[in-house]
Amino acid sequence: MKNLKAFLSQAIDLKAKDGGVVLDDLDKAILRALQKNARQSYTEIGRSLNLAHSTIYDRIKKMENHGVIRRYTIMVEPKKAGLKLLTAVMTVVTEPKESERVAEQLADHPDVSEVYTSLSEELSIIAKVVAEDQESLHAFISNVVAPLPGVLRIRTAIITRKHKEENMSI
Amino acid sequence: MSESKALRTLSREKAFYFFTSIGNYAGESAASLEEFVKKILDVKIKSLEFHLYRGDFERWVADALEDNILAKKIRELKSSKPIGIDLRDRLYLLVSKYSEDLKKTGSSSTSFVKPRTTTVTFVRPKETTP
Repeated sequence: MKNLKAFLSQAIDLKAKDGGVVLDDLDKAILRALQKNARQSYTEIGRSLNLAHSTIYDRIKKMENHGVIRRYTIMVEPKKAGLKLLTAVMTVVTEPKESERVAEQLADHPDVSEVYTSLSEELSIIAKVVAEDQESLHAFISNVVAPLPGVLRIRTAIITRKHKEENMSI
Repeated sequence: MSESKALRTLSREKAFYFFTSIGNYAGESAASLEEFVKKILDVKIKSLEFHLYRGDFERWVADALEDNILAKKIRELKSSKPIGIDLRDRLYLLVSKYSEDLKKTGSSSTSFVKPRTTTVTFVRPKETTP
């Protein structure tokens, strides 16, 4: 790597900035390598970046300690795993004072994989829901989501085709 | 006469929530038969059609309000396949009349009433000695 010496001469402590941390180019290169394959060994990553495995180990440990790397996980292909196939994006319009509570209750539910709060014309919660079929999706929204205090309206879009699903680029 | 079960107010969990299609909640709900009657006039016809033909109304009336007679009447209405404003009018007429009857008498005038049984005792005639 061209700037290898420069990387190594840098202090590897991650500096706090606005509650976050500062990553240098080497940290980012390691993160990219892990995003491609998190099962790679320190040696393999070191080999691809032309660095000693101990350097990789130190960098990864520091990023784990600072919460930059939250966890190592897998991406499952639901169809091949025979899992719930239907995914829907649900927009829940709520009364402002109940919004936080509705979001928390949705986040607690195992069939809800992502929950976001959004402020456009009205305060709404956007959540990604998985279900076995349209009937079970409707039953969940009708029996669990609609009765939550503060829910005003719900719009649901069933996802029919996935064009891209990647981690955030670093 | 005691008040019919169908006239009670239900919890939020057992209320009826009006949708216009799968997953699209219109923001209207009914927690009692009386409220349900009012909502028939308020909600979009699309919502009435959605629920009637899925069998949601009859299911809610039978399971939550525990009134099988009204559930049967709604099922019969569905089988005549009404749509649009005709559906709203007929559903409103059916449910509002049923609800009014229940309020007046505790049971609908068209509901099945078990006939009172009478006991007939056979009295053996006294035997007379010849």
